[in-house]
Amino acid sequence: MTDNDPLAVPYRERERSVTMERMEEQPVSGSEALVEGDLHEELFTLNIGPHHPATHGVLRLLTTLEGEVVRDIKPIIGYVHTGIEKSCEDQQYWKVITFVERMDYLAYYFNATAYCMSVERLLEEEVPARAEYLRVIHMELNRIASHLFALATGALDLGAITMLWWGCRDRDLVLDLFEMSSGQRMHPRYIQIGGVFEDIPPGWEKKVRGFLDVMPTRLDQYEDLLDRNEIWLERLKGTGVMSQERALELGVTGPLLRATGHPWDLRKAMPYSSYEDFEFEVPVGHQGDNYDRFKVRMDEMRQSIKIVEQALDGLPEGPFITSNRKVALPPRHELATSMEALIHHFKLVTEGFRVPPGEAYVAIESPRGELGCFVLADGSSKPARVHMRDPSFVNLQSLPDMARDSLIADFIACVAMLDPILGGIDR
Amino acid sequence: MEVTRTRTNGAADMRVRGLKAQQMLRGELAGKDLDEFVEERLLFTQLETAQNWARKNAIFPLGFGLACCAIEMITVIGSPRNDLARFGAEAIRFTPRQADLLILSGRVSIKMAPIIRRLYDQMLEPKWVIAMGACSSSAGMFNNYAVVQGADKFLPVDVYVPGCPPRPEALIYGIMKLQDKIMGTPDMGWRERYQAYGTEEDARPEALRESPLDQEEPGGPRA
Amino acid sequence: MPDATGLELIAQRVRSSVADEAVTGTSYFRGRATLEVAPHAVHDVLAYLQAGDEEPWDALMSLHGCDYLPEEPRFGIHYELLSMERTDRLNVKTRVGLDNANVPTVVDLFPTADFHEREAYDMFGVVFDGHPDMRRILLPEDYTGYPQRRDFPMGGEPVLFTFNENKYPRWYD
Repeated sequence: MTDNDPLAVPYRERERSVTMERMEEQPVSGSEALVEGDLHEELFTLNIGPHHPATHGVLRLLTTLEGEVVRDIKPIIGYVHTGIEKSCEDQQYWKVITFVERMDYLAYYFNATAYCMSVERLLEEEVPARAEYLRVIHMELNRIASHLFALATGALDLGAITMLWWGCRDRDLVLDLFEMSSGQRMHPRYIQIGGVFEDIPPGWEKKVRGFLDVMPTRLDQYEDLLDRNEIWLERLKGTGVMSQERALELGVTGPLLRATGHPWDLRKAMPYSSYEDFEFEVPVGHQGDNYDRFKVRMDEMRQSIKIVEQALDGLPEGPFITSNRKVALPPRHELATSMEALIHHFKLVTEGFRVPPGEAYVAIESPRGELGCFVLADGSSKPARVHMRDPSFVNLQSLPDMARDSLIADFIACVAMLDPILGGIDR
Repeated sequence: MEVTRTRTNGAADMRVRGLKAQQMLRGELAGKDLDEFVEERLLFTQLETAQNWARKNAIFPLGFGLACCAIEMITVIGSPRNDLARFGAEAIRFTPRQADLLILSGRVSIKMAPIIRRLYDQMLEPKWVIAMGACSSSAGMFNNYAVVQGADKFLPVDVYVPGCPPRPEALIYGIMKLQDKIMGTPDMGWRERYQAYGTEEDARPEALRESPLDQEEPGGPRA
Repeated sequence: MPDATGLELIAQRVRSSVADEAVTGTSYFRGRATLEVAPHAVHDVLAYLQAGDEEPWDALMSLHGCDYLPEEPRFGIHYELLSMERTDRLNVKTRVGLDNANVPTVVDLFPTADFHEREAYDMFGVVFDGHPDMRRILLPEDYTGYPQRRDFPMGGEPVLFTFNENKYPRWYD
């Protein structure tokens, strides 16, 4: 090991961000008067531990406080580390979808889509148009659900508990739609390599349209509740400001980057999965404070509603999964008549398809930013490496910058609007 | 609570009851009549049963969520459709000192396990644990180095709720089962119905084991 | 993605401005351009690609490790570069072996690499020289071993079936 051996420093020492020394040498702003005499300013390390009242998962924050002002934050993660990437190496390509879905557990369709698109690029597989539109519909509905949940728990952190009831109520409507199309509310394994698992049932379109009719009024209600509430505005406006350059340096993407004014959205910039067929806007903020992040998410929900409407209107007919029997399971009625279908089914279920050696990295726009999936294939039926570039993992690095020199309450608002999902961070 | 219910048939019965009430007030009822009168109108309880009834109807869950099951747990607690408040478990306490119920919602990684154990130790008796979801019951699909293979490796678990993630209704069913367990009827009579005694796995050494027909005291085995 | 010829031009420019042996190869597969560099030259190559090139790549989207076990050198570190003006991606790859698993850090060029490099160290054991805080991020601090390596066992417990349940003692035995 090199001489800056990380294991040579004792454990407790490594966790400190600043030592507790007397602050006479560097009086902080506004407190020169207090430094005389016996009174000295001290930095206090507070451990906002993995179990805390915020609902964002098991994130541990070592905050260095000076009074009520936060001077430094060190996030410590790894409390939900599940070894998903290692487990994926032991599963067939088809089975990896279930593992990968559980990473960013609010945006499950996005995880599955990123992985499936990677494998499809390795296989050079074409996804039929109907499947692409269905993927888009489900992903945008999932984006609405994810933003609703982020707003609900964010508002809960800031004290606006009504938003939790309302957000969860509407999210239940979306989960009902998912349950109708795939049978499960969360982690439905609906998006498969080559398309989607099965076609939408009759009556689903009508239900989605019913949901889309109701949703804009609900969003207006949320804005009425929150956007004109003085406490909400006071807590969010001007807090957690991050400049655009710093955000770009830190690799931040998604609503946080768009709140600083940079209109980078992978759905528009590098369109994938037939997003170029839809007309929608990318909401962008001005200052990069928490209020802009909140507004960007609200507006993104409205744009998602528009996208789902356009996708339903233009839903093409056709197969919902690729017809390449070596990759996708044949439909069950063929198993009774065709011998090749039986053999394909048998091979796919027992061994899985093999992917020629190569690497692929595909990135999509998840509700939190750029979600990329790297797949290394070595020619067998199991991937050799699956790595997800999770947006929350990178966005978390911006938390110290956002919350430096702000009060604890503002720092809580920063965490709420940062919307970290620890499943994706820890994988 | 022992409550006897009798069927009244209309006006004639009301008249008879009215007469009886008059007699009791005058002190004319005695013996069996008086006993019956009192039984019909008062609730007989044992203190334990009343205590358990109060405990089961006012469970304070600890606000603790690990991973995807936590989303469904928040849906149970926070969504108007599946509402935990109707079971009395509305007051979620975020400090373990004031909470009764630890719902382990999500996968327990090796880094988090000592912390969960510490949280469990900080909770005061009586306390219960629900292992929600497949990952906390038995590591679910994550049979690897980073996940503790079931929370019952370091915590006593009372109710296991399967699912990945379990539906909110499933979690509510699990909480209702826990309520039954708190009331003292953990198996609700099925052992008697199927004569399934002696099938429990008892971790205590031979000498200390009781006969399987001994009833456990109400309030759950860990109260 | 730059196509195959564009990739060759980039490789040429990197060779001429950084060093000739910095670039060890190029590969273009399924629309993905990969520039392979030598481990000691990673920092210079990325500095050049970030600022010096006529087509700069200003954002590092992902830095991850990979274990190509039967092939040597064993570990691969991938840098996914993105250019937002040209909406283009380039992959830079370096290979290190087990005995000299050191790669210079790029945290000074791309501050986003902080957590990524810690995770690559945690999972593979590749040390990034010059990183301000090189310690484990996802696993407990005192964990031994680097799990994502291909020869690290999967862990967990064997699944009990009737044919093997008597072989494995339960926790209460």
